[in-house]
Amino acid sequence: MTTSDASRYYLPEPSHWPVTGSVALFCMALGGVLMMNGMVTPGAVSLAIGVAVLVYMLFGWFGTVIRESEAGKYNKQVDVSYRWSMSWFIFSEVMFFAGFFGALFYMRVLSVPDLAGLEQKLLWPEFAGGWPTAGPGAQDPFTPMGAWGIPAINTLLLLSSGVTVTWAHWALKQNKRGQLNLGLLLTILLGICFLALQAYEYVHAYSELNLKLTSGAYGATFFMLTGFHGAHVTLGTIMLIVILFRCLAGHFKPDHHFAFEAVSWYWHFVDVVWLLLFILVYWL
Amino acid sequence: MEAVHHLDHGHEHHPAGIMRWVTTTNHKDIGTLYLWFSFAMFMVGGVMALVIRAELFQPGLQIVQPEFFNQMTTLHGLIMVFGAIMPAFVGFANWQIPMMIGAPDMAFPRMNNWSFWLLPPAALLLVISLFVPGGAAAAGWTLYPPLTVQMGMGMDLTIFAVHILGMSSIMGSINIVTTVLNLRAPGMTLMKMPLFVWTWLITAYLLIAVMPVLAGAVTMTLTDRHFGTHFFNAAGGGDPVLFQHIFWFFGHPEVYIIILPGFGVVSQIIPAFSRKPLFGYASMVYATASIAILSFIVWAHHMYTVGMPVAGQLFFMFATMLIAVPTGVKVFNWLATMWKGSLTFEAPMLFALGFIFLFTTGGLTGIVLSIVPLDVQVHDTYYVVAHFHYTMVAGALFSAFGAVYFWLPKWTGKMYDEKLGKLHFWLSFIFFNLTFFVQHFLGLAGMPRRIPDYALQFAEFNAISSVGAFGFGLTQLLFFYIVLKCIRSGEKAPARPWEGADTLEWTLPSPAPYHSFETPPVVK
Repeated sequence: MTTSDASRYYLPEPSHWPVTGSVALFCMALGGVLMMNGMVTPGAVSLAIGVAVLVYMLFGWFGTVIRESEAGKYNKQVDVSYRWSMSWFIFSEVMFFAGFFGALFYMRVLSVPDLAGLEQKLLWPEFAGGWPTAGPGAQDPFTPMGAWGIPAINTLLLLSSGVTVTWAHWALKQNKRGQLNLGLLLTILLGICFLALQAYEYVHAYSELNLKLTSGAYGATFFMLTGFHGAHVTLGTIMLIVILFRCLAGHFKPDHHFAFEAVSWYWHFVDVVWLLLFILVYWL
Repeated sequence: MEAVHHLDHGHEHHPAGIMRWVTTTNHKDIGTLYLWFSFAMFMVGGVMALVIRAELFQPGLQIVQPEFFNQMTTLHGLIMVFGAIMPAFVGFANWQIPMMIGAPDMAFPRMNNWSFWLLPPAALLLVISLFVPGGAAAAGWTLYPPLTVQMGMGMDLTIFAVHILGMSSIMGSINIVTTVLNLRAPGMTLMKMPLFVWTWLITAYLLIAVMPVLAGAVTMTLTDRHFGTHFFNAAGGGDPVLFQHIFWFFGHPEVYIIILPGFGVVSQIIPAFSRKPLFGYASMVYATASIAILSFIVWAHHMYTVGMPVAGQLFFMFATMLIAVPTGVKVFNWLATMWKGSLTFEAPMLFALGFIFLFTTGGLTGIVLSIVPLDVQVHDTYYVVAHFHYTMVAGALFSAFGAVYFWLPKWTGKMYDEKLGKLHFWLSFIFFNLTFFVQHFLGLAGMPRRIPDYALQFAEFNAISSVGAFGFGLTQLLFFYIVLKCIRSGEKAPARPWEGADTLEWTLPSPAPYHSFETPPVVK
């Protein structure tokens, strides 16, 4: 480590973790392409190697960062850098979801009504537009997902988890370790319940509602938006579990715990995305 | 490349040989990697451009099959945008931003390394796509469905390459924004930052905002291809035009991502060789920010002909024309900076002046293209090709050449050969215009782009354009030679080789020490 001026800068040593991650992503991309194009076995091997290397890299890289942090190498300035970077990372995630919400808006407000318009009558005389729809060429009728069953319960679960993670944060700031661990554990359990219900809802959609990824505009936007959100909740839950283990290991101080805050920011972010999903995908 | 970094600094310790470059966390090493990678991709993309121009030298099909021609236009675009131009400017950012704001390095040196080392795997995926059944993506760099939904596995490789390139850009941009916001030396307030730093701050913001949107667009393409979604299929309630909207919501900010750092470079070079401070510094900052904000509300001017309400066309037309205002502010400020200055015309200044002339020409044809009724006539013709090559080549690339000549003494500690540098400029300037000026006429006469054959009436201008393109390509070998010669046997450069240059990097010795500012300088 080179700390030229201990009060200001932190410059890490050369590291092999980034290039390890690059190898992992290359193997994963290649494996994914092969699998999607009928070369399932070589593709799966490449994908599995990629995932294994990626997991190895994540453990190694984050492990290094955690050890450095616990060794007190991160000063105030590094802390501020982390805050900026996490904020901008979440902004990039917001824009990613904005793209999919934009697609939903475009279909509901522009392309579906357009397809029911006069100009398309020759091709699709029966199509009346309206939402939800699988489009004018749909052969396979489906039932849309209702808002006030599982999705409403899931809304309550996620909103409660936002409260419990904040409760844990208060505890951390007052150094009440028991309440901190309990709050984190509750947040994780609420997250897992959410994911379990979401999985159940998908099974329900496929087996009873005949609502599939292939169900036209509605199916595509429903599953892609809730699916990417679910993937983010999964990632957030894993992050929370890591933080819980770190708390149990005695990491974090009342005035030095940005990893905890970053994860809680992320958790609130997936919470807000869910509220938009609940209103725009399930309810309206 | 070892010669670039003299061991003149106490804190320098890193692995030797190849592992130094693979594991480096140093902003200068990473900047160097970016720049050499960019040059390699510039050569690859350039060879593809020459394949295109060789085929178009005469009417009829002579050299390549139409399918391969389409793969060349697609890969040429993708490689030049994502492999050559963007990494070149990230390379400048890596080298210069810490030095210009008085920091020792970037805020996240390890992530900085990953931002670079994600590029080779992505480039490899694109190269592999050329050799798989069905060949590389051949839908143009804009990747419009339904073509992209119908193509072979080369398209999947391209999609994942775009994903990885996007990750690289987002991480690199987060790093730059954090560095600029948090690592400035005491006294270096935002409104004292060199304009190159300002333009990169705004560029990085644009990148973080739009790269995820592109990732979403190609993800939808992927699921449409393999998992039965109907985002771009009207039978399912989707729309191929939806892709165009999402793509250009990314794509229009992307073109400013490419040009804004070039504006920054020119705003450093012009004052240095005019021996005057930049005219209208604050207005330059505000103009850059205005261009960035406007870039989010003009995207559909790329899509006038796909079908849009007249109100939509009018909105996008006027919003697009509005961009000429802040861009005009910049051009006039550069001119006013030179007014009554003590001008000298070394290679960086020549490239900056070439930039002003030719980029402004590209800007003017841009205003022409923003006019709906006119665009409907020349949409997807060589007029458009000429327009954006004036901004991408004579704009972004010329400013990149200017940046290399301007900062090469600081990076290597040696001077380049001034005569050869000037020769490089004049050859580039002449061959560039030979290649692209005539394409305006071709477009106005109705020659469509992305087609390997054409009517006999277009033969002369195409022959001229192809000769120009080969001249331009060969000229870039001269550039390679000049840089190598500078590194190997250039004369020793002083700390401040340009007497009019007054930003912080010139207070450091040449070559700059491994960690730029170990103790922060105080800026008054």
